Amino acid sequence: MAIETAQLHRLAHLARLDLPAEEERLLADDLGGLLGLIAQLQNAPVAGLTPMAHPHDLSASLRPDRITEVDQSGALARIAPEMESGLFLVPKVIE
Amino acid sequence: MNDWQAVIGLEIHVQLNTRSKLFSGASTAYGAEPNTQASWVDVALPGTLPVPNIEAIRKAVTFGLAVGADVAAESIFARKNYFYPDSPKGYQISQYERPIVAGGTILARLDDGREITVQLTRAHLEEDAGKSVHDAFHAASGIDLNRAGTALIEVVSEPVMHSSAEAVAYMKAVHRLVRWLDICDGNLQEGSFRCDANVSVHQPGTPFGTRCEIKNVNSFRFVEKAIDYEIERQIRAIENGERIVQETRLYDAAANKTRTMRSKEDAEDYRYFPDPDLPPIRVTATEFDALRATLPELPDARRSRYIDAHGLTAYDANKLTEERSTSDYFEAVANALPGHSKLVANWVNGELAAALNEAQSAITASRIGAPALAGLLARIVDGTISGKIAKDVFAAMWAGEQSADAIIDARGLRQISDSGAIGQMLDDVLAQFPEQVAKYRAGDAKLFQFLVGQAMKATKGKANPTQVNELLRERLGVTG
Amino acid sequence: MSALTLAAQRAALSAGRCSRDLTEEALARAASTASLNALISCDAEGARAAAIGDGPLSGIPFAHKDLFCTRGLRTTCASKMLAEFVPPYDATIVERLTSAGAVSIGKTNMDEFAMGSSNENSAFGPVLNPWDTTRVPGGSSGGSAAIVAANVVAFATGSDTGGSVRQPAAFCGVTGFKPSYGRVSRYGMVAYASSLDQAGVIARSAADCADVLQAMAGHDPRDATSVDRTVDDYRAALDRGVRGLRIGIARELFSAGVSDAMQTTVHRALHELEAAGAILVEIDLPSLPLSIPAYYVIAPAEASSNLARYDGVRYGRRAAAVKGLHDLYSRSRAEGFGTEVKRRILTGTYVLSSGYYDAYYLRAQQVRRLIANDFARAFATVDLIAGPTTPDVAFKLGEKTADPLAMYAADINTVAVNLAGLPAMSVPAGFIGGLPAGLQLIGQAFDEASLFAAGHALQSRTDWHLAMAPGAVR
Repeated sequence: MAIETAQLHRLAHLARLDLPAEEERLLADDLGGLLGLIAQLQNAPVAGLTPMAHPHDLSASLRPDRITEVDQSGALARIAPEMESGLFLVPKVIE
Repeated sequence: MNDWQAVIGLEIHVQLNTRSKLFSGASTAYGAEPNTQASWVDVALPGTLPVPNIEAIRKAVTFGLAVGADVAAESIFARKNYFYPDSPKGYQISQYERPIVAGGTILARLDDGREITVQLTRAHLEEDAGKSVHDAFHAASGIDLNRAGTALIEVVSEPVMHSSAEAVAYMKAVHRLVRWLDICDGNLQEGSFRCDANVSVHQPGTPFGTRCEIKNVNSFRFVEKAIDYEIERQIRAIENGERIVQETRLYDAAANKTRTMRSKEDAEDYRYFPDPDLPPIRVTATEFDALRATLPELPDARRSRYIDAHGLTAYDANKLTEERSTSDYFEAVANALPGHSKLVANWVNGELAAALNEAQSAITASRIGAPALAGLLARIVDGTISGKIAKDVFAAMWAGEQSADAIIDARGLRQISDSGAIGQMLDDVLAQFPEQVAKYRAGDAKLFQFLVGQAMKATKGKANPTQVNELLRERLGVTG
Repeated sequence: MSALTLAAQRAALSAGRCSRDLTEEALARAASTASLNALISCDAEGARAAAIGDGPLSGIPFAHKDLFCTRGLRTTCASKMLAEFVPPYDATIVERLTSAGAVSIGKTNMDEFAMGSSNENSAFGPVLNPWDTTRVPGGSSGGSAAIVAANVVAFATGSDTGGSVRQPAAFCGVTGFKPSYGRVSRYGMVAYASSLDQAGVIARSAADCADVLQAMAGHDPRDATSVDRTVDDYRAALDRGVRGLRIGIARELFSAGVSDAMQTTVHRALHELEAAGAILVEIDLPSLPLSIPAYYVIAPAEASSNLARYDGVRYGRRAAAVKGLHDLYSRSRAEGFGTEVKRRILTGTYVLSSGYYDAYYLRAQQVRRLIANDFARAFATVDLIAGPTTPDVAFKLGEKTADPLAMYAADINTVAVNLAGLPAMSVPAGFIGGLPAGLQLIGQAFDEASLFAAGHALQSRTDWHLAMAPGAVR
């Protein structure tokens, strides 16, 4: 059972994906199916269990406060699709 | 006229003064050429990962301890997901459900002497965004990621302030504290200390009104004006029957107004979730104790001590505790001259402050260090020179002319305190100005100062003024 | 030519061949098997110019999954989004394998951004299984499995988030190893699902996987999730044997979805281990069926966020003639990502959305805890857990592309391992209708050594791992 088009639309907006109508329809179907699969979680016996975000109960390893990186603006310019005067360019943003 | 109350809460972004960024080893130095301090991690290249800066965590914990907050033994970084060019990963690493600092209080003092206690909701670690340049290109904005990834703590107050004066006092108190703790340089112009104000109005006894957020106001003065304008705007709107729209606004300093930036009703769903690249940050009891032990005496505690133990006025104590370096300087001098704190305070807040201001120098770079000033003030205390002469000596020391003693000797500035010599000199003065003496004796009291002035002139200011006064009174037969 | 093992390559070097010869031969074999489409980039120039280090893998040609950033060499993740992306830095494991002296001949094909189980989701076309070119090699590390099975190189790196090293290894009749979460650095490995991803290796044998893992493993200060824990001597563990080793057999791993032939084949392999002295013990993993829904909440959630950086601003594909910022983002991303990636991004966005987070994401993380607890309980009584890697042998190209759910469901035996962060290995266990079948061994966290011991013990008494695919270079 597909999810509502409006809902898919909102998800596509949040995810910044410009989907043509046909693709939207297919994905709405797919998502509906997947949500059906995921619904199995609703009956899981999870009472009292803390959510597990990382395996092994890890603690973050930290780093000392040292400057270890150098100027990479040249390398960045080489891979940037649009860069001018050292700045990455995007269509004008009005705040 | 309706009885309106403003409700204000502030979110202050405090840029931590770590050398490197929160999650990468790129430099945080201000003013570099665009994208020269942006590492692979900061630019969010595929495959890059964040690694937390231990010093940033320490500074956040230090803040928490200083405001008496609950500092989390285990805190979690969360992703705040949204698309914007200054946020290269498409999410900001921040903290959501388990921030490193929860609660806490700040004591703020208004200009009129009134004190308010502001409760904090929380303070959490997060990374700063990059900067956008909107006016350099015709149809484009330029993005500089030098600032992206710099460590911030966002200090969130409860909405317990009711006027711009209270808000500014609170903001200044936080500003002073973060500089005092050496966790932030507090440079508002450079953007190290930024404030968002949440403002709403309501009538007491009714529910809170809809609030608007005024973003990124970068001076104390503008915060005050922006809040005043916003309160006025909201009251006028409601009285006109309009509804307040929950939105983000910007302060336009030139026009002294706030204007709409974007509507929060259309708000992004940030889809916060614990960052899977960052396991929890755990601070052990030992580490807490170590940080607690390195906490300096806080400004309010020092202020109280200056008033209680040093006998200073509130005014003097306030001035001395505006900056930790000033306070440390004062203490160094005052400890060298026990019992003379008032004298020390006058000089630090007076002559020294003026000289530093003119030279645009920080007290830590003062041409006259604490030991040198203590040496000068000691000569006032032991009567070697008068306070007035001391000012000349100070000026000479500031100009680089060595120590106080050396200058006093070189210029022969020792105060004349020999009552015989002073008495002799006074007799000469009285003999020189018989008309004035007669007028004085006839009732013109003002002429006493004239005669004192002549006595000081005759001794080139070196006569001990207290003795001059005393002995002159004797000769003129002044009782009392 | 027989199966290309590290031993065979080293023997050649000792016998007087030089590393350049080995490299040339590998390049020639790659060219002759080009129709398998296992490589996205063949870096002949780089391989020939490589300064060969002196380490334990000195002179051995291999290939990297095109998910690992290789400095100066295009890294595409099999996506149009990164089709032209040349990283300015090397992933940590790339650095380590270079230091070990190995010579990369290129980047292997994969499912786009590591999302898939068949290598049919690549923007560079599907990879063919050397055992039967009408069938998939598995995914997402399909190219890596195929290139080893085709006898082009002795090993290839892969990544495993839900089975992406183990499943293709099983389908291609080679050995695939996924270490414990945190054992190998993720720095420079393009992220799919950060709390599940691990770099792995595909080779001809457990012994060879051990050698390669030895060079890859270890703490990396550039990865806050990598563990600071001594790396065991895996080579030393190989000859431990399995006498007295307790191997748990979970009914849930032999569930209804697993074909009868697969069950029989795997049981026969397990008997070999029994004959070598291992003790088979019945255990259960009751929450195993929940691992699929849990995985398909958690992995897409993390992926939806990890892939937000692909926006056409700083690198990668940028749409032309955009009409504003929103258009720049939305069209660049729509053009750059394939359908499966979009599917997972949208799913992930959904399960993290306000109003759904508790019911989906949080609940899935609780189920993750449930599954981890199941394993912990099982490992109180056994040293390893065994079962079929996949429900059946490699399926036909196009067979499951119209039914993503069926594709997902087939991951039932592998995803739980990633949820719990455990190490696991797939070893060849026989053939069904001429197609390889894989036995999966699962170990306790950071007990890679026991896996290598068991895998090596099996491979010392059987030769399924040395069988040559019809499409392999002989």
